[in-house]
Order: sequence, then C-alpha cells, then structure tokens
Amino acid sequence: MSAVPAARPAEDAAAEGGEDRSDGSAGRLAGYNLGYLDENTKRMIRRTLLKAVAIPGHQVPFGSREMPLPYGWGTGGIQVTAAVIGPEDRLKVIDQGADDTTNAVSIRRFFARVAGVATTERTREASIIQTRHRIPETPLREGQIIVYQVPMPEPLFRLEPRVAETRRMHALADYGLMHVKLYEDIARHGQVAISYNYPVMVNGRYLMAPSPIPSFDNPKMDRMPALQLFGAGREKRIYAVPPYTAVKSLDFEDHPFQPVRAPAACALCGSQESYLDEVVTDDRGGRIFVCSDTDYCHTRQAAQPREAAE
Amino acid sequence: MYVAVKGGERAIEAAHAWLAEERRGDPALPELSVEQIGQQLGLAVDRVMAEGACFDRGLAALAIKQARGDLIEAAFLLRAYRTTLPRFGASLPLDTGAMRIRRRVSATYKDLPGGQVLGPTFDYTHRLLDFALACDRPGSPDPGRESQAPGLTAAEGNAPPSAPEAPAKAAAMPRVTSILAQEGLMQPETPGEAEPPDLTREPLSFPADRPVRLQALARGDEGFLLGLGYSTQRGYGNAHPFVGEIRMGEVAVEIEPPELGFPIEIGEITVTECQMVNQFAGSKTEPAQFTRGYGLTFGHGERKAMAMALVDRSLRAAELGEEATAPAQSEEFVLYHCDNVEATGFVEHLKLPHYVDFQSELEKIRQMRATALREAAE
Amino acid sequence: MSPPLLEARGLSLRYGAVPALDDVALSIWPGEVVAIVGESGSGKTTLLRVLSGLLRPEAGTVLYRAPAGATHAVHDMGEAALRRLQRTDWGFVHQNPRDGLRLGISAGGNIGERLMATGARHYGTIRGAATEWLKRVEIDPARIDGLPRTFSGGMQQRLQIARTLVTHPRLVFMDEPTGGLDVSVQARLLDLIRALVADLGLSVLLVTHDIAAARLLAHRMLVMRQGRVVEEGLTDRVLDDPQHEYTQLLVASVLAA
Ligand SMILES: Nc1ncnc2c1ncn2[C@@H]1O[C@H](COP(=O)(O)OP(=O)(O)OP(=O)(O)O)[C@@H](O)[C@H]1O
Ligand SMILES: [Mg+2]
Ligand SMILES: [Zn+2]
Repeated sequence: MSAVPAARPAEDAAAEGGEDRSDGSAGRLAGYNLGYLDENTKRMIRRTLLKAVAIPGHQVPFGSREMPLPYGWGTGGIQVTAAVIGPEDRLKVIDQGADDTTNAVSIRRFFARVAGVATTERTREASIIQTRHRIPETPLREGQIIVYQVPMPEPLFRLEPRVAETRRMHALADYGLMHVKLYEDIARHGQVAISYNYPVMVNGRYLMAPSPIPSFDNPKMDRMPALQLFGAGREKRIYAVPPYTAVKSLDFEDHPFQPVRAPAACALCGSQESYLDEVVTDDRGGRIFVCSDTDYCHTRQAAQPREAAE
Repeated sequence: MYVAVKGGERAIEAAHAWLAEERRGDPALPELSVEQIGQQLGLAVDRVMAEGACFDRGLAALAIKQARGDLIEAAFLLRAYRTTLPRFGASLPLDTGAMRIRRRVSATYKDLPGGQVLGPTFDYTHRLLDFALACDRPGSPDPGRESQAPGLTAAEGNAPPSAPEAPAKAAAMPRVTSILAQEGLMQPETPGEAEPPDLTREPLSFPADRPVRLQALARGDEGFLLGLGYSTQRGYGNAHPFVGEIRMGEVAVEIEPPELGFPIEIGEITVTECQMVNQFAGSKTEPAQFTRGYGLTFGHGERKAMAMALVDRSLRAAELGEEATAPAQSEEFVLYHCDNVEATGFVEHLKLPHYVDFQSELEKIRQMRATALREAAE
Repeated sequence: MSPPLLEARGLSLRYGAVPALDDVALSIWPGEVVAIVGESGSGKTTLLRVLSGLLRPEAGTVLYRAPAGATHAVHDMGEAALRRLQRTDWGFVHQNPRDGLRLGISAGGNIGERLMATGARHYGTIRGAATEWLKRVEIDPARIDGLPRTFSGGMQQRLQIARTLVTHPRLVFMDEPTGGLDVSVQARLLDLIRALVADLGLSVLLVTHDIAAARLLAHRMLVMRQGRVVEEGLTDRVLDDPQHEYTQLLVASVLAA
C-alpha cells in the first residue's frame, strides 16, 4: 500500500507548466492553481467559450472536470467562472437571488479560497456574477459577465430524451415539436404551462434553455449589455449569449409570452416590480411576499426614510 | 416586522463540525487507521478505486474514512482529487494474459491448461454470520457462542491459520477466449491503431465506440451495472452468456516514454477481468460464432467485472446487427446513467433551494386553477 | 407538355441477394395520381422510400422540380433542405397511422405540427385550420383535443391524411393507406382521398395491393415484380388489356376472387 501523501507533491505542479500554484501564503488554498483548475483546462474552457459566443445559443460540448462540489450543484458555472476569473475581478454569487443562501455561500467561499478573489454582494460592483435560478433586478451593464449554473442545457429533453436526436433537431432548426408543446398547453389550460426554464430563441436561430430562472427574468436576457455565459457541468455543455443579442421567449401572436410574478408588493421595500418569494408566516394561510433579490431589496430599504420601511 | 433568514455561513461551519464529530464516533474507541481500512476493508477500497477511477489504495482508504464508509461519496472524493492531477502519459495496454494469477475460473471448460484456481473467494462459503469475528472485545454479541468456522479461535488480534499453499505452477494460463479463437470460433478483436479517447478529458458523444463504452462502464456504478446485467438475463435484451473466464491477480503496468523508445515497467496493479462468451447467430456477412463481452476492474471486483461484461455485450447489439429494444442495449441510456458521481449529484441537488422556481410554479398553478374555475362557473 | 414533377431513372437497390429495386424508372406529372401495384415483397415500399429520400439507392437518380422551377437531385440535397421539402412540398401517408401520428399529442396538435414547423405562430389560425381539416376528413371537430390513441383505426388514418395535407403539399406518397381497415371503411376512405386529390390538385404516388383502389384513384399505373417494373400505362388500359403475363395473372386473380 502506498503512503498517503500529506500534501500535493511540488513536482506535479511544475510538470503542468506555467501555473501559479499557491503555497498558501496569500490566503489561497495550498497546492492548487489559481481558480482551482489547471491552466490547460482553463484554456480548453476558454476556447469552448469563444466558440459558444460565436454561435449564440448553441450548446458546445466540453471536457467538464470533476469539481470538489457535486454535479448538479453548479459545477458547470464554477468551471466557467474559474476559466474567466482573474485577480482583479470582483465576484458576486447568488442562489435564488440571494447572496446568503447556503449554496451561494459555499461557492463564494470556494472562490475566495482557490482564487483569492474579492467578493461582493452588490450587483453594481461585481464584474462577474455567478447565479443559480435568477437574474438580478438591477440591470446589468457592459463589461459585466453573468454566469448561469445550468442543470439541463437541452431545452427539448422532455420532448425528446435522446441527445443524438436533439442535436440533429438543433442542426436542422427543427423546432416544430416545441411549438406543438406550447399549442397543447394552450389547448388544455388556456395558457402556456411553463413557469420557469421557459424556452427562448436566440438570435432567431437556436432554441435555448435559459436555465431554471423564472419566466419573469426572461425579458432581461433580451439585448442585455452584459455577456451571458451558461455552464452545465454534468451534461458537459457550455453556451453563451453575447451582449445585445436578441433573446425571444417562444409564444404565439395571439397568446403573447407573459412572465409570471406574484401580484403583490415586497413587504420589506415595497417594490411592485421585483420578483417575489412567498414566505409562509403561520399555519393559517398567513403569508407575505419579499424580494428574492436580496441586494436589490437592501439597497431600496437603505434608500428609504426609516419610518417608511416599518 | 419580518426579517429574512440569515447565517448561511455559520450554519455551514457548524454542520461541518458536527459531521467531523459523527465521523469520529465515540472517541473512547480507538480511531480506525487508513492502513486498517486498506487491509481489512480491502474490497471496499477496490470498489472506490474502480468507481473513483484512480488506482491508489492509500487515497481510496483515506476517502472511505473521510466519507464515513459511504462508498459513492468516497469515489467522488477520489475523483475530485484525480481530476487535478497532471497527466504524464498513457500506459501500454495491460497484458492480462501474463497476469500473476490469484484466482482463475472458467465455466465453459472443466479443465484447461493452467487449471482452475479458486483463490480468495466468497463462493462456496456458507453465508452464516461468524460470531467469532465479533469476539474481538468485551461486550460484543454472544461471546460464549462457538465459532462457525472450525479451527478458528476468537481471541483479539489472532490471525487465522494460514491457508495451505501449493507450489506455483510454471504452466502458462492462456485465456479461454484465445483457445476458442484458435479454432476461429471467437470473433476476433482487432486492436485499433488510434489512441482511445479519454472520457475524463472529452465529453461523451454518440454513437460511442467500444473503447469509450468500456471506459464509461469501468468507472460505472456497480449496482447500476449489476441491475442492467441482470435484466439482460431476464429477457430484456437477448443474452446467452457463459463465463469463459474470470481471472484476478497482478499485472505489470508499462509505459513507453518517447525519449526512450522502449517500454519500462512502472509498477503492478491488481485487476479482475471477466470474459463472457456469447452466442451470435451470424449475419449475412459473418458466419455464426461466439462474441465477447468484456469486463475489467481495478482490484478484486468480480461482480462488477461480470456485470460490465454482460452490459458491454448487450451494447454491441447495433454493431452486430441485432435488434436493440432493451434498456441495457441503449447506448445513451446506459452510458449517460451509469456514472454514480454524476447521478448522485443530480439526484441530490433536488434538496438545494428551489424557492424561485417553486414560486413561479405556484403562481402558474393558481392562474390555471382560476381560469378553470371561472370557465366551470360560466 | 410541362415537365414531370418527379422523375426517377435507373434506380437499383439490393438487400443481400434480393433485388428490391432493379433499374426502375418512373415519372409523375403535376396533378397526376400514379398507382404502384404488385405482390407482397415486389419492392413497392422500397421504391416509395427511395423516391421520397428516406432511403438511398445504390444506383440511379431522383429529380424533383420545385415550384420555383429549380430542379433538385433528391439524394444529393443536404439533410436540412431535404427535411424542408419533406415538411412543405411533400407529404407521406404511412400504412400504419401509428407511424405517421404523434400518439401522445392531441388531434389538433397533430394537424398543427406541420404548420408550426413551417412558421405559423398564430394559435387561433392554427386551431382554425385544424378544425377545418377535421371536418374535411369527416372527424367531429369536437374531438380536436382528443388523443389519437382514443380514435378508431379509420379515424386515425383520416387524421394522418389531414396532418399531411394541411400544408397543401404538391406531392404525396401513400403506402397502402387503406391497408388494415375493413372493407366499408376502406371504401369511404378511398372516396375521401379521391375528393381531396381532385380539390387540391395533388400529385399522388399510391402504393396498393388493391386493384379496385387503383382503378378508382389512379390515372396511370405501374406493375412491379421482383424489383422490376413489368408493365406501365393508363390504368384502364393496363387493367382491361394487360400485356405482361404477370399483370394478366394479377388482374385475373382479382377478378376470380
Ligand atoms: N431492411 C431490409 N432488409 C432486408 N431486406 C429488406 C429490407 N427491406 C425490404 N427488404 C426486402 O426487399 C424486398 C422488397 O420489400 P418491400 O417492402 O419494398 O416490398 P413491398 O412490395 O412493399 O411488399 P408489401 O406489399 O408486403 O408491403 C423484399 O424481399 C423484402 O424482404
Ligand atoms: Mg410495403
Ligand atoms: Zn424588497
């Protein structure tokens, strides 16, 4: 039986070449390269990203690595972020719109540890925002990057589970089936029954899964000034929407797309526009609604005179 | 006034501290050493090496200790470590024909050159709990009870009497499939020129060729492959398998550094190989013959190697022009779902918060119900 | 005379020793119905699949003249262009409606699919067209949201025809559209097809076992045997005055039965 190495042998790092393996002195995790991934892997991911940006909405396969977080917990987003992050970046991580949900905390800590990068909770201050399930309420601007964690990159998977077949459908832009699904919903329910991960058409060519954001967030993707990157680790796909690209939610002319939002105001900041979480306050049907975007809500609360918030 | 729940960071730290306590268990008991795990839970170590796709008994034992015996978690730990390792190169194909054999059985020939070697196997043990093994310390169940295994005493630390040894046979142990091949009865497997793709560097794509399929299966979950292999025997897929041979033992690993130009041995690993012999009715272009299902795992992993060989063969349906209707014959179905690190992550991610999606769904259902109720009222 | 809509020359395809197609030539003109008859295994389905681009022949060419006047060699077109043709200009009616329908999708969705695949984005219009077509193929429009698996065999076949014709294709391939149905249902379906063909001015390549169906629908017919076309001509001429001894046998056996 071989001895258990106490730490990574230094020669390993040297062999990879050109790496900035930390000795742990800068507060970064010892024995790992900046951003955790080795430089060759980052190069591979960046090449994939370039291809993805060049073909908006097209899923590009990539050699997704095992990450120290489980598949399905954001490994795709983490790899994309790790490939584009640098020491001068300022990272914001949200899950369900909030900076302080456990998974967001865990991912933010991971990057603070392996990239020694500055973090923030302010949408405005972030240069990279990694997100699960939301787009911030504060409009993103040029120069920012939003990285979506994607569990299922294939928008057609519920209609056609065979990946070889869906790839063909994308190649031929053969999306009639998706519209048939919308037609069936309207025939049965009077409306499209999709409320999140609502399929979009990117640049008039590729059908794309926006990741499980609420359909409320879909309009924010259209002609967004920021670069949108999508990483699906387990499914090993990356795709992208370059700045100012048309992103259209599928619909019919006489049944236009309608984003879903609870018809209420935030109990904390009073916002009538933001996407709301429902909070059950007792077991007798009592409930209030609060902003799911915590930074947005805090900013609004801070801007209000004290009494108004009470 | 309502105050949003906070403190994710503190909660995570507290949870991790608690986990560490649970892992250690009662501190009054001696701590399990990694060496003990390696020695006494050797088959768990083998499984973690196979599914973690990394041959390192020490690291696998450490992973088992850290994962509190959760073998899928341990395989995950090992994989997450493995993926950061630099790759120096690829080994030459293992020569399992030259294996230093500890076990070798064939179900197709009663006797064959080299003979059958039973080796350290559970086969033919009676599955009776051996209470003698429980008598290692006071307070263990029923210390007065007699050992089920004659000849063993129950004192702590006592080694079992050593197994009788036969002189090593000098005779070669040709693989059973080569015996069939000599007669032209076995479909030949032609070695490909191209370097096989590396699943850990390039994503699966379909149709997947056999080297890719075998890689995926070798890393695949033992339980999943067992169930699929079993299904082929029960009519879901058209299997007529015989165990041509199972062999387990040590094989040399060789690499050929380009600057040297000749192979050098860098060490030895334990592997289990299973070659299933399957009937094949023949096709327009090929006469009837036997075809091979192949299984290979790190360590002593007989069940996995056998299941893998069954599934490998059933995945060859398309290539052999057989009708493919069963789950075990569907490349996409098997290869996309056999990886337990991927599967466990995605199944378990369901416990992450989904408030936002659920909220959207809630509003949608409310809207649809309102529409339906309004229409019903009209 | 205008040039043919579809023109095939020298088509050959073997399955092992079986010549499924052996130097077959065929042309069909706009508005024409051509029947392909022959015994089981004579290569009819294979011919239809080769003509419609679903199967590649070992030798020979198939030319299609698009409405704009451009001529395409069917087997040299890219897959994308061929699919576009298959869901716009062409239609395929399968013998078994289960092969031509989506069983888990409503009748309306089945009819609407080709419209949506070719860009229709107005729900009301799509639904209107589906209702209209259900009426046309004599299915109660109230069944528009019903699933095909709850339909009878004859209804399923009529639904498949509606689904295929809704985009007004110019050329329709039909493989024994009345097979598997009982005789009275067959007769009604044949009447329906005849009316639709006349209304829409379709060109149809109709594979059938049924000489009576051929006589009712087809302007011209081809008789196939062992992968070869053994006789070809105007339907009445072939049936009333068969030249080839195999055709004579075929016609006689039908008359005798
Ligand atoms: N995929 C295939 N593999 C092998 N042989 C085939 C295949 N498809 C068709 N054949 C053979 O080619 C010949 C022509 O078959 P085809 O299906 O075209 O006949 P058909 O005239 O449509 O018969 P039927 O009236 O019974 O439908 C037959 O001998 C058939 O067995
Ligand atoms: Mg046929
Ligand atoms: Zn708020």
